Amino acid sequence: MSRLLSFALVLLVCAPALGQEPIKIGLVTALSGQSARAGEAITRGLTVAIDELNAKGGVLKGRKFELVRRDDEATPAKGVTAARELVFKEKVAVLFGGLDTPVSLAIVPIMNQEKVPFMGPWAAGTPITKNGANPNFVFRVSAVDEIVNRAMLQYSQKTFNAKNCGMILVNNPWGESNEKGLMAALGAKGMKPAGIEKFEANDVDVVPHLTRLKSAGADCLFLVGNVGPSAQVVKSLDRMGWKPPIVSHWGPAGGRFTELAGPSAKDVHFVQTYSFFGKQSPVGEKVLKALMAKYPDIKGPGDVTPAVGVANAYDAMMLTALAIQNAGSTSGPAIREGYYKIAQYQGLIKNYTRPFSPENHDAVNENDYVWTQFIDNQILPVGMKK
Amino acid sequence: MLVTSALVSGIGLGSMYGLLALGFYVTYAVSSTVNFAQGSSMMLGAVFAYTFAITLGWPFWSAALVALALCAFYGMIVELVAVRPYVRRGSNAWLMATVALGIVADNLVLFTFGKEPRGFVLPWATGSIEVLGLRISPLQAVIPAVGLGLAAALHLVSRRTRIGSALLAVVQNRDAARLVGINVPVAISLAFAVSTVFAGAAGILIAPLFNVHSDMGTFFGLKAFAVAILGGITSAWGVMLAGLLFGIVEALITALLGSAYTQILTFSLVIVALAIAPNGIFGRAEVKKV
Repeated sequence: MSRLLSFALVLLVCAPALGQEPIKIGLVTALSGQSARAGEAITRGLTVAIDELNAKGGVLKGRKFELVRRDDEATPAKGVTAARELVFKEKVAVLFGGLDTPVSLAIVPIMNQEKVPFMGPWAAGTPITKNGANPNFVFRVSAVDEIVNRAMLQYSQKTFNAKNCGMILVNNPWGESNEKGLMAALGAKGMKPAGIEKFEANDVDVVPHLTRLKSAGADCLFLVGNVGPSAQVVKSLDRMGWKPPIVSHWGPAGGRFTELAGPSAKDVHFVQTYSFFGKQSPVGEKVLKALMAKYPDIKGPGDVTPAVGVANAYDAMMLTALAIQNAGSTSGPAIREGYYKIAQYQGLIKNYTRPFSPENHDAVNENDYVWTQFIDNQILPVGMKK
Repeated sequence: MLVTSALVSGIGLGSMYGLLALGFYVTYAVSSTVNFAQGSSMMLGAVFAYTFAITLGWPFWSAALVALALCAFYGMIVELVAVRPYVRRGSNAWLMATVALGIVADNLVLFTFGKEPRGFVLPWATGSIEVLGLRISPLQAVIPAVGLGLAAALHLVSRRTRIGSALLAVVQNRDAARLVGINVPVAISLAFAVSTVFAGAAGILIAPLFNVHSDMGTFFGLKAFAVAILGGITSAWGVMLAGLLFGIVEALITALLGSAYTQILTFSLVIVALAIAPNGIFGRAEVKKV
């Protein structure tokens, strides 16, 4: 009888928690097309973080998280439709997403208007978080173009002793954002680029663009483009027989770069925010173990690719859970304030101390970047052997 | 060097545009209709060849031949499903139906072939060779040769063979052709098969330089249609030459003025050329006797 009574008591205590509605977390990203692998990496980072949070009982006295995904096919119009659906119909508490800067830029005004926090785990366009809105509901745990651009210049000078770099940029808002950032970084050092060339994402032959840069005396290339376009640049360089150092934004990380670009893929040095290779922190070990347990195709650090998608999304989700806990509710404005109240969090990428403030909505900076290259089909820190 | 390099790039790409545009010419000449989703046919050629050569490990030439045969079959399906039923009822809805069928094909490939672009690596096509002091891919030499070779083959077949004569008869007078026993529906179906074979060949040739994915043909199809109109869709050599011209102009503008001006100037030139020669540079005005 007493056993039955205790069981009834346990049920009574647990009942509110069991009946609690889950907190929906939306994700709008490319799940098909050239960047599908990157979209899958973001999904995996979020899923592992959500599993960990739910196993600990969720937030707000037992509310668990639920991930709702939509494919934007790397198209702004489809991203906007998906974001609207997730905000108005699914009533997500926080929307994650925007793998591509143009998609993110299209979603930003909706989120600021509807006062729902928008967390960026990938797209690096500077105006995404610096969008001029007040109040601003857009946060990011990822690289930022203007900071990456300063790092690219610094890396080209330090590693390759480059003095006259040319820009080869994909012709879209992401390329534009980087053109501004690179010009500012060069300008700050009293330098000018050898040339600025923009190419279309579906250009088969980039030789004419590259020949202009070569003729202008470029001694290195700043490359900005997603996997497919970046591979076209590398293949065109191969055809020309020209081998300048290539310092790239992280576009090549999003897919089968080695397969698309061929053996010269390894010559592209690109920025990342995290690598699962080398000695890992306790959080790194925990996340890698969770990934290997959940996804049978992950057998080691080389299979977590692209690592930035997983790492950024994992930390962004953990910080979001803290923000919701700080907010005490799932109201958008309260969560926004909740982000500012995060004092410290030991994450995967780093130990975050006051990661967000009203003046700074970007949690990751140049001190957190890692320079990497493809060795076969794995992304390794530059110089590290498999 | 800047100009020579641009010329090589332009001739390679121009041949591809020409080959695709030749597909528009063949069906337009025989049936006054075209497959607007010619880009999808190009994509199918690349996807079939990739599947046989890379996934299944067949020798390249067998893979290419089977891929082209499948493209021919697809062309006949396009005509049967998306053109014939509408033309029979005197409707122009085939314009939309061919586009719709292309979208269906693109999406079927997306689900079956996969979401990610794949690299079509052919050992003989990798690396570069030196020609006149300029480094080019072996494929950049092969592509124009194959493009012009296919255009010449089309010319010869249409002038020297019974099938070609039958097709020409349908072009000149469909009713008269029917009266002398030529099976007009079969001739039209054959024209669509030839059209998709040209597109498939372009896809197979371009794949190692580019990559293989479900929407790889969209932009090519659009440019090829512009080329077909520019050349004068009623002239086979005109269409091929317009393709070469388009590719060369595109590459020269990029090389000499910068890529920012490429699309603006190339398509502006197309508009100007068509304003001066409304039937295309090499086309002739259709004379309708009343």
